[in-house]
Amino acid sequence: MRHLFDIVDLSVEEIDELISVAEDIIENPDKYANACNRKKLATLFFEPSTRTRLSFEAAMLELGGSILGFSSADSSSAAKGESVTDTVRTVGCYADIIAMRHPKEGAPVAAARRTTVPIINAGDGGHNHPTQTLADLLTIHREKGRTDNLTVGFCGDLKFGRTVHSLVNALSRYSGIKFVFVSPDELKIPDYIKEGVLKQGNIPYTEENRLEGVIDKLDILYMTRVQRERFFNEADYIRLRDCYILDNKKLEKANSDLIVMHPLPRVNEIAVEVDDDPRACYFKQVLNGKYIRMALILKLLGVKV
Amino acid sequence: MNIDSINNGFVIDHITAGKAMEIYEILGLDKLDCPVAMIMNVKSERMGKKDIIKIDAPIDINFEALGYVDSEITVNIIENGNLVGKHTISLPEKIVDIIKCKNPRCITSCEQGIKHEFHLVDKEKRIYRCAYCETAYK
Repeated sequence: MRHLFDIVDLSVEEIDELISVAEDIIENPDKYANACNRKKLATLFFEPSTRTRLSFEAAMLELGGSILGFSSADSSSAAKGESVTDTVRTVGCYADIIAMRHPKEGAPVAAARRTTVPIINAGDGGHNHPTQTLADLLTIHREKGRTDNLTVGFCGDLKFGRTVHSLVNALSRYSGIKFVFVSPDELKIPDYIKEGVLKQGNIPYTEENRLEGVIDKLDILYMTRVQRERFFNEADYIRLRDCYILDNKKLEKANSDLIVMHPLPRVNEIAVEVDDDPRACYFKQVLNGKYIRMALILKLLGVKV
Repeated sequence: MNIDSINNGFVIDHITAGKAMEIYEILGLDKLDCPVAMIMNVKSERMGKKDIIKIDAPIDINFEALGYVDSEITVNIIENGNLVGKHTISLPEKIVDIIKCKNPRCITSCEQGIKHEFHLVDKEKRIYRCAYCETAYK
């Protein structure tokens, strides 16, 4: 049984294969229209989501499969106190594959130990969100034509931002990658990423406090939201949320072939005026997320097209 | 100081001085009906000082737990008063239900009936990470 909890569960070759299948789906959608006929995907979302849940559901529908599930813990037996593992074990009797989001870290790992169908981690608290990373990698590949030899800047909340940690982990396995981390001191990239990923892999990186001084050196700028739900303290959230805002003025100094990415939802860290800049790629990421999830569902279900 | 030899059971030897009590607790030796002797600060040529535990019953020993607490330990198996085997202990790759994850955001903090499992990720620094949330145990 194959599951996906963390982006590093996939080898570089498997990621490249998923990107290749996703690009084939984009070119030849009809070829895949009935690939998952009579298969069911359950989306178990114990905390709210717009993009990820709908993206999984759209992905399965476009493969000709069906969907079932719930979109908040309140509308499941979790509200009556049922354990995560019991809920997932039950749903595993109805569905062929499960995508789950849960606020507790490691919940998909616990769930997978008690079920017989593949589990996809659609976000477990501040821990992992591997399908967002796959969407990011597909976007990078489609926009830059490669996933290696890039200078990638991350800006905003780099401490709690799980999408940042996953993407740093994934890109570190490609050659010629350099990172520039731009954040306030309170939200710096964690030591375990620096020690366990960057230093171990000899990946060059710098840490900066201001975006203006480094934006012209970047091939990719990955913006992140300062998330209210990751803070224990409301005052800290309010103090830090507006620190790093991207607008047209800051973009003036950037390369013409820069791509601006963001996992969404954004609050105000990217000004709406930037949406019209051709370098803005965050809504392309959303679309790419559906295609890469289609490729992932096919892989985990063992469906060959 | 004289301690009687045992007939059937174990002598846990070469315990780092001062760790015998931790081993006593982690193995749940207080729950046994048989005699248990803890000898502490014994002179040792190899270690300078060491602790020894003698258990006079053929119990099931959790070697993973022993290895986690002290990987230098030797376990001597005694049958009918004779030494019949020796186990050397190493740092276990995986430990289950010996330590608990301290991350309040980890699924183990709220899910009933879940095993607390840790994997060794750095042998030199003796770092174990939770199998669920990957938080290092400190």
